[in-house]
Amino acid sequence: MAALTGMQIYKNLPRSNCKECGFPTCMAFAMQVAAKQKALGDCPRITDDAKNSLADASSPPMKLVTIGPEGKQFTFGQETVMFRHEERFHHATGVAVRIRGALTEMQVDELVAAINRADFMRAGEKLAVALCAVEVDGYADPAGRVQRIAQNCRVPLILMGDNPETLCATAQAIPGQRPLLCKATPANVEFLAKLAAGAKCALAIGAGTLEELADATQKAKANCVDDLVLAFSDKNTSETIRQLTIARRAAIKKNFRALGYPALVEVNADSPEAETVLAATFAAKYAGIVVINGHEPWELLPVLTTIQSIYTNPQVPNAVEAKLYAIGSVTENSPVIVTTNFSLTYFSVAGEVERSKIPCYISVVNTEGLGVLNSYAGDKISPEKVLKTLQEQKVAEHVKHRKLIIPGLLPIFKGELEDISEWKEVIIGPESASKIPAFLNSVWK
Amino acid sequence: MQLPDVNEKWTHRINTVTIGATKEQGGTRGKTITVGGQTTLPSLTFEGATPNKPVIAGYVADTPPDWPDTLKNAIGKEINSPAEWARKCVETFGVDMINLSLIGADPSGKNSTPAECARVVESVLKAVDVPLIIRGCNDEEKDNLVLLECSQASRGENCLIGSAKEKNYRTVVAICKADKHKIIAEAPVDINIGKQVNILLQDSGFDLNDVVMFQTTAALGYGLDYVYTILERARTTGIKGDKLMAMPQLCDVGGETWRVKEAVADEDVLPGWGSLQKRGPMWEAACAAAYLQAGADILIMAHPAAIATIKMLIQRLS
Ligand code: SF4
Repeated sequence: MAALTGMQIYKNLPRSNCKECGFPTCMAFAMQVAAKQKALGDCPRITDDAKNSLADASSPPMKLVTIGPEGKQFTFGQETVMFRHEERFHHATGVAVRIRGALTEMQVDELVAAINRADFMRAGEKLAVALCAVEVDGYADPAGRVQRIAQNCRVPLILMGDNPETLCATAQAIPGQRPLLCKATPANVEFLAKLAAGAKCALAIGAGTLEELADATQKAKANCVDDLVLAFSDKNTSETIRQLTIARRAAIKKNFRALGYPALVEVNADSPEAETVLAATFAAKYAGIVVINGHEPWELLPVLTTIQSIYTNPQVPNAVEAKLYAIGSVTENSPVIVTTNFSLTYFSVAGEVERSKIPCYISVVNTEGLGVLNSYAGDKISPEKVLKTLQEQKVAEHVKHRKLIIPGLLPIFKGELEDISEWKEVIIGPESASKIPAFLNSVWK
Repeated sequence: MQLPDVNEKWTHRINTVTIGATKEQGGTRGKTITVGGQTTLPSLTFEGATPNKPVIAGYVADTPPDWPDTLKNAIGKEINSPAEWARKCVETFGVDMINLSLIGADPSGKNSTPAECARVVESVLKAVDVPLIIRGCNDEEKDNLVLLECSQASRGENCLIGSAKEKNYRTVVAICKADKHKIIAEAPVDINIGKQVNILLQDSGFDLNDVVMFQTTAALGYGLDYVYTILERARTTGIKGDKLMAMPQLCDVGGETWRVKEAVADEDVLPGWGSLQKRGPMWEAACAAAYLQAGADILIMAHPAAIATIKMLIQRLS
């Protein structure tokens, strides 16, 4: 949330220094408000206009929007940067699977079941389909279909249609479900905004140009809907990326309220493969929701994993738990490999051990998420610390031998470790994880 | 409603690097490949230029890599002959250029001699007329010997040869200078070392206009976030005017993808994760798609289906 400065507040006060607030000057009062010691309302003379403009200025540049009823919600928006390294991307892109109007009721049920099933555990996190995008045009009884899906589907709904009457009828058929209405156009935005306001739904708006889109969001706002989503239908991918980028820059860097909403991209592709890479592309470039047809795990997993990566917080070192890991069917003769708890290092080492098909123990030292060289430079790993870790993890009880494989980048640990510990044969591992299979196959015979 | 002006004032251009040499240029290639030259980020043509499309280099090795059968079968029996594999990459898979990795030189593997490697280079140059990337086996001592002979064998062809690393660059630099090849500057997922390697190359008199950066590649889900951000930061610093980061960028997507379990293990190991047949190439393609957004110029790719998908994507992005 953008904090207001004393100056911004002062400009909106009557500047009469009447002292009714208990402060000698308006400026003194403004400083108290900026410091959150006083509320704006403590000035009896402030105008409503001034209050509104300050409320606007203090709200985040991109709106946070929530779709769905209590207990089944998807929240997105409130992004603050263009590049993840500047801070982080906050609300991971939601994958919405489209339920096409042309499907039979049986196919719809199967697809809903597939969406319900589509959640995966990967690198300690749950990855799942976030939304179900139901087309409401082109078949009989859309209200009935939407009701059934709302009941059976574990994720919130997007109602997709071009006909405002159908959107209206289907939204009213599921009161309290708070679907995202997708989408209004500049021509019908006022009608749909009233509907959205009444049903407490978020509204997606699409337009030919960003200028028209900005006008349309203001019209929606005038009709009391501020839970808005910018809708893009991707036909020319480069152009869509340009529009997404301009809208986000306008909101974040120029505080341009009319485009300060998260974006939804409808992916249009003629093959599941094309759809998957386009969804991955828009996950990287600024879509808060991507709508796709694909629901097979082989289509969803690459997209969900791309989203997981892009939305990882770059400011927090990615760490795995520092413990003794067993890879494969280990025995008391299996090799013991020491590494750091930087997750990239750990996963590379574990992956290469798997590839080598030689079961191994990996003893992970808590280096506070730093890699081998950085943790050495930052004093997060030392022969003593390796020894302490081995003792805490009771590694000696798991294996009969006393051979230890240490990171190839820390050859100087060998002598000291052999001196201070019962691990009398310290073997210097390869410098790069990719050499582990060859290394194990030649060294561990 | 009037929109605010959001154009960034990027001030510099990414270096333009041309790989390959035609007959007139002293080589035997049918065409050359040019990458780089951007003055903005991918697709943002409203504020700058992106004159050269990203390209795909087909992954070819002198000996079949330790890859899953799904990938080997998709490539076909040609995988057993580098020349035939390269020809299939160009003629059937439609790649723009060839990456030849001399992994057979690895002393802990097949340990082929530098002379044998040079003969492989010659055979690939004869089989296809696209530009060539030549890389070693990632054993520094051996690579210095292998790359020397391979460089001589491809003299005049203006190849892209790698890698020059922080701890091992002198030999590669000397080779590329002598035989007039372009060079790959490699760093281990560390943007500071990435810059340091470029400084070392510059200090040893190598023209930075002849360099392609390789920040090491992470497979999707295995550190893609780090590499993505390094590529993106390198590119933004480059167009902001840091001449030491203004190089086109290379990603070895094929070389990294086919060792991770999502691309290697079928449903018996990963129940509910869908058929490997489809998942493997999708893993490679999604990874490549992300790196394109981060600013990759050359993608080394392996699976024909992934190559086809990314060719389509590059088309849609241009
Ligand atoms: S009451 Fe309001 S107008 Fe009067 S001095 Fe305080 S801030 Fe100023």
